[in-house]
Amino acid sequence: MQQDAARLKVTREGDIVQVEFTSRKILDEGNIAEIGDQLSVLVEAEHRPRLIISFAGVDHLSSAALGTLITINNKVKNRDGQLRLCNISPQIYEVFLITKLNTLFHIYPTVKEALESLRSGSQAGRLK
Amino acid sequence: MKHLKLQAGPRGQRQSREKSVGLWCTEEFPSEMSEGRRVEEKILSQCRKHAYGQRDLFALKLALEEAISNAIRHGNKCTPGKNVRVKYRITRQRVDVMVEDEGHGFDPAVLPDPTADENLQRTCGRGVLLMRAYMNNVVFSPAGNSVTLTKFNESSSSSDTPLSTTTVAFG
Repeated sequence: MQQDAARLKVTREGDIVQVEFTSRKILDEGNIAEIGDQLSVLVEAEHRPRLIISFAGVDHLSSAALGTLITINNKVKNRDGQLRLCNISPQIYEVFLITKLNTLFHIYPTVKEALESLRSGSQAGRLK
Repeated sequence: MKHLKLQAGPRGQRQSREKSVGLWCTEEFPSEMSEGRRVEEKILSQCRKHAYGQRDLFALKLALEEAISNAIRHGNKCTPGKNVRVKYRITRQRVDVMVEDEGHGFDPAVLPDPTADENLQRTCGRGVLLMRAYMNNVVFSPAGNSVTLTKFNESSSSSDTPLSTTTVAFG
């Protein structure tokens, strides 16, 4: 099943929700509040959300975007769910390293590995 | 003994000093993010014309966004009557940008470390860390209501390497 929101492309694999951004500038300061709202709606619609956010094609983000991701991560945890991030370019991954948020988020190289970690519960392939 | 700081580059002091001269431009705008983005894009556009590479542009966009957003949100508290002033100078070698707000300022020395375990869950407070990580120099005014960012052009050819600072003694 696939549904297209204005700024997110959402697909489902069983009970796992996958999100991609529809524009590479999506995590710019000007868009982030709207993105946060849309991600919140997705999380709150699930009993125990299992969510993968793919950063494929995203070429920029700000500290406001990081704050929004932390908020989403907390919402997912509060509902006893799990969040995985993947497809993060080296340049953007560097921002996670600088802020040490790579230790807070579960980040995987690709959607495939993120899916596998949710299905098996293993952390194999997790980026550190 | 007097000390005078000169900008010295690989082609000699005089030429490098001339090359380091660029026009300072000033933009003043109300505390709105859309206005901030307009100025940010204007600066980045000029940097592209000066052959700054993708990595430099990523760094500049990130730091400018943090500085301008801080000025609007934390400095001016989004007050419509308060302006942000951005003064910038772009040469092939370096970009200097000063972002000033009309707020009361803050002391960057007392900011909590956002990378400390106990602060990782905080949803804000990473802007200054990112500015310092991505810029060659970040200087806050004593009043704390303006910040000056400096970024060297890492994409310059060897003959256009960033200027080094040489201290020359007189007398």
